[in-house]
Amino acid sequence: MVRLMVDAPAAGSDESAVDAFLQGGESLRHAPGPYFGSYGGRWMPESLIAALDELEDTFEKAKADPEFTAQIAELNKNYSGRPSLLTEAKRFAEHAGGVRIFLKREDLNHTGSHKINNVLGQALLAKRMGKTRVIAETGAGQHGVASATAAALMGLECVVYMGAEDCRRQALNVARMELLGATVIPVTNGSQTLKDAINEALRDWVANVDTTHYLLGTAAGAHPFPAMVRYFHEVIGEEARAQILEQTGRLPDAVCACIGGGSNAIGIFHGFLDDPSVKIYGFEAGGEGVETGRHAATITLGKPGVLHGARSYLMQDDDGQTIESHSISAGLDYPGVGPEHSYLADIGRVSYEPITDSEAMDAFRLLCRTEGIIPAIESAHALAGAIKVGQRLAAEAGAAGKAADKIVLVNLSGRGDKDVATAAEWFDLLDKDSPEHEIAKEGEQL
Amino acid sequence: MNHVELTPQGASKSAAAIDRAKAQGRAALIGYLPAGYPSVEATIAAGIALAENGADLIEIGIPYSDPVMDGLVIQAATTEALAKGFHVKQVFDVVRGITSKTDAAVLVMTYWNPVVRMGVDEFSRQLADAGGAGLITPDLIPDEASEWMAASDKYGLDRVFLVAPSSSPERMKRTVEASRGFVYAVSIMGVTGARTSVSSAAKDVVAAARAAGAEHVCVGLGVSNAEQVREIAAYADGVIVGTALVVAIGDGGVDAVASLTKDLSTGLTREEA
Repeated sequence: MVRLMVDAPAAGSDESAVDAFLQGGESLRHAPGPYFGSYGGRWMPESLIAALDELEDTFEKAKADPEFTAQIAELNKNYSGRPSLLTEAKRFAEHAGGVRIFLKREDLNHTGSHKINNVLGQALLAKRMGKTRVIAETGAGQHGVASATAAALMGLECVVYMGAEDCRRQALNVARMELLGATVIPVTNGSQTLKDAINEALRDWVANVDTTHYLLGTAAGAHPFPAMVRYFHEVIGEEARAQILEQTGRLPDAVCACIGGGSNAIGIFHGFLDDPSVKIYGFEAGGEGVETGRHAATITLGKPGVLHGARSYLMQDDDGQTIESHSISAGLDYPGVGPEHSYLADIGRVSYEPITDSEAMDAFRLLCRTEGIIPAIESAHALAGAIKVGQRLAAEAGAAGKAADKIVLVNLSGRGDKDVATAAEWFDLLDKDSPEHEIAKEGEQL
Repeated sequence: MNHVELTPQGASKSAAAIDRAKAQGRAALIGYLPAGYPSVEATIAAGIALAENGADLIEIGIPYSDPVMDGLVIQAATTEALAKGFHVKQVFDVVRGITSKTDAAVLVMTYWNPVVRMGVDEFSRQLADAGGAGLITPDLIPDEASEWMAASDKYGLDRVFLVAPSSSPERMKRTVEASRGFVYAVSIMGVTGARTSVSSAAKDVVAAARAAGAEHVCVGLGVSNAEQVREIAAYADGVIVGTALVVAIGDGGVDAVASLTKDLSTGLTREEA
């Protein structure tokens, strides 16, 4: 990628380890795996190592193949609708200390979120490997819908594993996947949540690895998944960097994204990791509050461990058993996190903070009413974080009027159509006798 | 790595148990039980029954929240054990309870995160202290095992890694070299659970492991009856039975484990060709 050279304003003079890292000439953007510091790797059954090797080899060759990169570029442009817009949110920004806020509009992509970037890339790789079937896990159904979409486009069989409880709550997303030709298999074992859907997909993969590619939905799991999923999402950060330079003539002071497994975040972060003046923030799901134990703030409160193939921060008890996470946002409701985020947290390059359900929903409503954009509840966590960051930057800027010189970039990772029922219930918008009220109580999507 | 050799090479408890069986002209029988199912006491009693009825080695599984290599039967058993409040440290009570009463080599089979959480060195120390022979590690490959290599050397524990039908010759060699005690040959591309027939891939995996230098190769996954034991005993050093024993203890308790073990052991003797 061609990097535009600009004079970035100095963002303080803290001589952090990261500055030393950057001044040492090493690039944080160059992170091919399998390890990110002490995180990442392959904590996987031997049976799957050959498939991971094949995938890594195919991916590395594809990256270097102009035909493949042209295919990706063509699909991004003419199927997904990239580049996604960069929209300044002026009325919303009035609530964030008066800084300027820009939204990277991944909500405008086909299927309504950043997820499409990754599934198109992996489905192409599946074809290159001669695989005829893809499997995927899904929580609320967003990655499942995206996977079913890519499979339909490329003529692949698609099987999606989804917790039985999630299937019931997200019946319309199950229908979407089935309309797209996918088979949805409800997972009834374990805690019947996203992590169990991943477990079941891994069991399927072990048994069917000759014909099947596991289309993992986030930048986690065993190598090469974290680096590969990130690669397909780096387009977010590359576009956003060029767009903000074009619109404002400078780099942002801060970049904000929400973190579940962390794929949208790592995609936008990579555009700015090597820019020391840009502060980077990841906002985890604080659920009902990190002090309640009902949250998904993996980096904030977790401890390093191994799950689903990678060493990373993990919500676990004293015995190393995975703890169930909680969040109003299904897309952030995962007790693990991508290994590169764990590394970026440890070295201090990215700050990770929790946002509660209630803070996220306030930001959700604020964006609806100030900008006419209904965000995904996942993305609302990034918006709530951006308000806090904006207020801090404004306070640092001191005298009134200077705040407007500060720029915050937010990855609006998805649209909120899927969340209307949850939001209507949260804000008590539904008539108590309406069928929609009954449906919303179950978390169903309208 | 600054490790201390407390145990001379060749003192592997697992290898010794397999060699004792070999000296009797038969393959070794390895039985699996999940710790704490249906109770810690029952696991100890069933482990002793296994040893008294023909098992040479015993595998005690640590119930784990995310058992990706296990099929429905073992998942259900370990989920129940966790729901009843099983704690990882109780696995040492189980190991001690069996090794204090029998001569069987007792290994622990565990997904890796519980070991990481306790600390690899501390876990190894306690396992050795309880008389354990070593660990079987379904989601740990030698590439990630440097800490475990050091701890297992320090405490004289066996390292049983898995090899699979999909393992390349290079990986087979690397895994065999990293292993001590025996190599666990996965008979099929899949998860644990009884199957009606043994995959033909099993024989090839054993041959590949031997070609890579393995002295002791045991076959597991999908083995549930004496006929399948007989088939595998013809070419492997040991036969691993899991799900069938879990069904037995769940349905018929310790007595059922004893009678199934007795039946399985009839398949161990190699018939003269």
